[in-house]
Amino acid sequence: MRAERLPSGAVRFDRVTKSFAQQGGPKLLRERLGDLLASSKGRRIEVLKDTSFDLAPGESLGLVGANGAGKSTLLNLATGLLDPDSGTIDVGGRVGALLELGAGFHHDLTGAENLRIQAALMGLSRKDMETKFDEIADFSGVREFIHEPLRTYSQGMILRLAFSVAVCASPDVLLIDEMIGVGDQSFKELSHRKVQEMRSAGHTILLASHSEDLITSLCDRALWLERGRVMMLGNVTEVLAAYRTGSHNPVP
Amino acid sequence: MSTPARRPRRRWTGDYLYLFENLVMKDFRVRYRTMSLGVLWSLINPLVMMTVLTFIFGRVFGGDRPPLFPVFVLCGLVPYNFFTLAFLSGTLSIVDNAPLVKRVPVPREIVPIVAVLSHVVHLLIQIALLIVFTLAFGLRPTAAWIWLPVVWIFYILFICGLSLGASALNVYVRDTRYLVESFNMILFYLVPIFYSFEIIPARYVALYQFNPVAAMVLATRNILLDGKAPPASLISNLMVASAFTVGLGLLIFLNLKSRFYEHI
Repeated sequence: MRAERLPSGAVRFDRVTKSFAQQGGPKLLRERLGDLLASSKGRRIEVLKDTSFDLAPGESLGLVGANGAGKSTLLNLATGLLDPDSGTIDVGGRVGALLELGAGFHHDLTGAENLRIQAALMGLSRKDMETKFDEIADFSGVREFIHEPLRTYSQGMILRLAFSVAVCASPDVLLIDEMIGVGDQSFKELSHRKVQEMRSAGHTILLASHSEDLITSLCDRALWLERGRVMMLGNVTEVLAAYRTGSHNPVP
Repeated sequence: MSTPARRPRRRWTGDYLYLFENLVMKDFRVRYRTMSLGVLWSLINPLVMMTVLTFIFGRVFGGDRPPLFPVFVLCGLVPYNFFTLAFLSGTLSIVDNAPLVKRVPVPREIVPIVAVLSHVVHLLIQIALLIVFTLAFGLRPTAAWIWLPVVWIFYILFICGLSLGASALNVYVRDTRYLVESFNMILFYLVPIFYSFEIIPARYVALYQFNPVAAMVLATRNILLDGKAPPASLISNLMVASAFTVGLGLLIFLNLKSRFYEHI
C-alpha cells in the first residue's frame, strides 16, 4: 500500500507506536546464550503510543514534555533513524536534523574536511557543495581556521560549524532537539535568528525544547507529550498553559 | 519476524559517489594523519614480514624453497594483510561508527563497505610495491596481468560480504570481534603464504580449495610469478564465493539492522 506522496515540507504521523526492548545495550556471548536458553521475549517499553499529527508545509510545531516523554524518539522517527512498530510516518522532501551538533565530527580532520563529510551525509552532491562551501564557511565564522584540525577549535567554534552546514543545506523539514539551548549567548542568538529566518522562508520546523520562550517565538502549534502519549495538540499558548498546570484535554 | 509490513518508507537521497568518496577518505586520513611516517607504514609492514619469513623459511629451515622466494612470500602477504585489516575494520564498523548510525539516516549498509574500501588506498600502495619487487627480480609484465584487477575486485566484494554479516552480528554479540581476531591468526597458517600449494597433502587440499584467501594468493602468484592467467576453476571459485558471501552478508545485515539503534 503506497500512500500518495506528501508535498515537500509536509509531515504526517499516523497512529505511530514505538517501543524499545528493556534489555538493550551491548551484551557478551554468555548473556546472549542465557537469553536464548531462557527463551523469554524480553519486556518492551512503549516510548511513543498511538501518536498522530499533521504538519502542512511551512508550519512549525513545538514539542513539550518532561524528559523521557518521547520527544527525542518522535524526532528520531521523523528523521528516519528509527522505524515505528506500527503506524505510518510520511515526510515530504529532504529532512535536516539538528540533533546532536557535531556528533559525527572527527577531531583529527580539518574544519573543511568535516564540513564536506557532513554535507555528503546530509545528501548534498559534489556540485551543491562546491557552490555552497564558501557560504557555509562564512556563516560559521571560522573561515580563517577552516584548514586547521578540529581539535584546535573551541567548543563554540565546533558548534557554529555544525550548525552552519545543517542549515545551509536548506532542508524542507528542519528537526531541532534542544539545539538552541546549547552554546553561549551569541550562538543562541545566531541560531535563534537563523531558525526564525528559515521559518519565514517557508521551511517546516519541528522543535523539541524545554524553553517556553523559544516555543512561543518559533512555533505555530504545540504538542504536549507525556510518557509517550499525546496529551494535547493545538494553539501554543493553550498547550503551554495546560502543560504548566498539568491538566489536559486528550486529543479527540 | 515482527517487522512492520510497510518498510522502505523514506530512502536517503543524495550523492552516493560523493558520500563514499568522503567517508573512505575520512577513514584513510584519520588512520594516517596522526602517524609521523604516515602512509609509509603500509610499505614497512609487508617489507618487514617478507624479510622475516624469507630469513626463517629460506635460511633457517633451508631446504628447497620456491624460486624468487621473497616475491613468492610477498604475493601471499599482500592478500592476507588486506583480508585481516579490512575484515576486522569491517566487523567493528557499525559499533565504532555509533554516532553516525544513531544520528544520520544514511543506509547502514554503507558503513561496513566504507570500512573495507578505506583499506583499498593502502592496498594499492602494497600492490605497487609487489609489482616493483616482481620487476626487480627480473620478471616482465605479460598479458595475464590484466587479470589482477579482476581477481582483486571479486576478492574485495567477498570481504565486503563477510564484513556486512560480521558487523551486524557484532552489534548484538560484541565477542564477534575476538572470533574474527582469532580466525585471522589461524588463517595465517591456513593460507599458503610461506609454503607452496604443491606441498599440501592431497587429503587436505579441500581445506584450501574452498578458502578464497588461499585462492587469491594462488591467483596472484599465477599472474605475477608464472605470468599466466589463473586457472578457470580458481576464478570461478572466487566469483561464486564472493556472490555467496555478499548475498549471505546482506541477508544477515538486512534482518538485523532495524534494531541497531537500540543496541549500540
